[in-house]
Amino acid sequence: MSVVRRIPELLAPALLVLGTALLGLEVSSYLQVYFLDTLVKVAIVVALYLFIGNSGVLSFGQISFVALGAWTAGVLTVPEGQKRIIMPGLAHFLLKTNVGNVASLVLAAAVGAAAALAAGLPLMRLSGLAAGIATFGVLEITSNVLTFNQSIGPGENAFSSVPPTTGIWQAAIGALICLAVAYLYQRTRFGRMLRATREDPAAAAAAGISIYRQRLLAFTLSGALCGFAGGIYVHLQSLAAGDLSLDLTFITLAMLVVGGSGSLLGAVVGTLALNGIYSFFSAAVNTVDVFGWNLTVRAGTAELVLGALMALVLILRPSGLTGGRELSMPRRRRAAVDLEKARVTR
Amino acid sequence: MILGFLNLTWPTFANGVALGGVYALMAVGIGLVFGVLRLVNFAYGQLIMAGAFALAYGAQWNLPNWVSILFCFGVVLALSVLMDRLVFRPLRTHSPAVMLVATFAIAFLLQNIALLAFGPLGKSAGSLASLNAPWDIGGVEIKKIAVISVATAAGCLAILQVLLTRTPLGLHMRAAAMDFRTARLLGVRANRVIAAAVMVSGLFAAVSAVMLTAQEITVTYAFGTQDTILVLAGVVLGGLNRPIPATLGGFSIGFASGILGGVLPSNQSQYLPTFLFAAVIVVLLVRPNGLFTRGGGAVERV
Repeated sequence: MSVVRRIPELLAPALLVLGTALLGLEVSSYLQVYFLDTLVKVAIVVALYLFIGNSGVLSFGQISFVALGAWTAGVLTVPEGQKRIIMPGLAHFLLKTNVGNVASLVLAAAVGAAAALAAGLPLMRLSGLAAGIATFGVLEITSNVLTFNQSIGPGENAFSSVPPTTGIWQAAIGALICLAVAYLYQRTRFGRMLRATREDPAAAAAAGISIYRQRLLAFTLSGALCGFAGGIYVHLQSLAAGDLSLDLTFITLAMLVVGGSGSLLGAVVGTLALNGIYSFFSAAVNTVDVFGWNLTVRAGTAELVLGALMALVLILRPSGLTGGRELSMPRRRRAAVDLEKARVTR
Repeated sequence: MILGFLNLTWPTFANGVALGGVYALMAVGIGLVFGVLRLVNFAYGQLIMAGAFALAYGAQWNLPNWVSILFCFGVVLALSVLMDRLVFRPLRTHSPAVMLVATFAIAFLLQNIALLAFGPLGKSAGSLASLNAPWDIGGVEIKKIAVISVATAAGCLAILQVLLTRTPLGLHMRAAAMDFRTARLLGVRANRVIAAAVMVSGLFAAVSAVMLTAQEITVTYAFGTQDTILVLAGVVLGGLNRPIPATLGGFSIGFASGILGGVLPSNQSQYLPTFLFAAVIVVLLVRPNGLFTRGGGAVERV
């Protein structure tokens, strides 16, 4: 019974992603860019959700793993001749190594996981505000090093000449892989243990759960997905270190929080809603046509609307649009509903 | 001199102390609001940015310096009160994590309002530039602003100490910081204490805005953001729960930033944030409750 009831938990977000992808196939190539961007953002936000949503610990550092994944996939796929021109300071080993599209994504995930594990080993011992500030430190350090170290990438310049392999299908499959991993994780005992520590750390610890180990596992897994999403991102558009820093952290966190950081559905709904609005206002910088009425806004309006929306949602509905719940089939038995209600009420 | 090693010179040292002083003020501003509201105000840097833009407009309109400084105080205080009413008050009952994300959103919002209103290049607040001229103190040339910053910061902190320890309002604020609910039960008026904390915090933001603008003339929408991140790190490093550790933490990170900026050879100074944050992380690992606090401390509230 419960298996049938749980089908929509994965199906609903997956169908949303597929719907976005199919819609993206239909529209003009000018508009398709926004759909591609949305799908990549879904992958990133789901990766964020895997750690932040399940652990309840705020991390400002996940985008650094996206950046590392993008760097990995980018450096390894730019043709060697181009590398000499756009990345003259590149280390010899990286200059000589070239891999294909899929291999670059796998390596991006591996680098993301390794970096997250390395950062998480010390950091997951911290809790609360100290952890938040420390993850901020990780973001600052990563973006600082990537901006100035020219032996591992293009430095301050943007990545150009990365093969643009991310079309609608690669973006959609990437987002679906992230969804599937996040879903499977939260259904395993590890996911459940981590969610238990989110609800009540003391009780979870008393039940024999190591908060440190569970957080570290989720942090690493989230790092892998972040790196993977970064790889997909760099195959979509030319990125610079500045694009993968504080602003992207804010935008993706806003998506997660607005959708409801407690559920996978929330992560996807938040991304689709906010990126839709964000894309609309970004496009409106060069005038969009709204039912025959021309709308032109100044650059920065999109961020402004996003900030205002996020603040409003947080004030009015702090658990997000979905309230942190997954979509599931309605239950038949009355008693079970009451039980669930009692459990959900916090 | 003693400071001769590491090519550390007296002017560099003075700059470090001056930046430390300003960061200490910001740290106290953030710490005061955290004390009564349990809210880490990420948008503190945007208060400073608003003050800096007020100064820039003062310079543009050729106002005398004292008028534009008053204008800066007015703008920052008004914005602080507005922030309290529109954001902090409705959020008061939410969890600290929600409040942190919300102030993060407000920071982003205000930054983009500034970007829209003043453009990506920002404005110049040239009228305070004369404070960058050096004074000759015993054969060592030290920037005027360094001396003024240190003196002002010390003065402000001394006045705050008197306010907190010698007045009924200060007593109420300290009581609220220790245990808000019990303090209310004992007759402390919540709104008044919070309003007072927000006002003092805003005043410190305005003072910091004047000091920072005098050192960095160009005011853009990003003004104060990086400083706030560093100060937040410093505050957590020192220990957020108590004002004096928070002040010391803010001072330390400002001092370290100023000194490292002067001491590092030019090919490494671009990695300044890396060094600072690596140091912050290491310290947090060794003393998660703060560098300047005693003992284990209570369970984390956030």
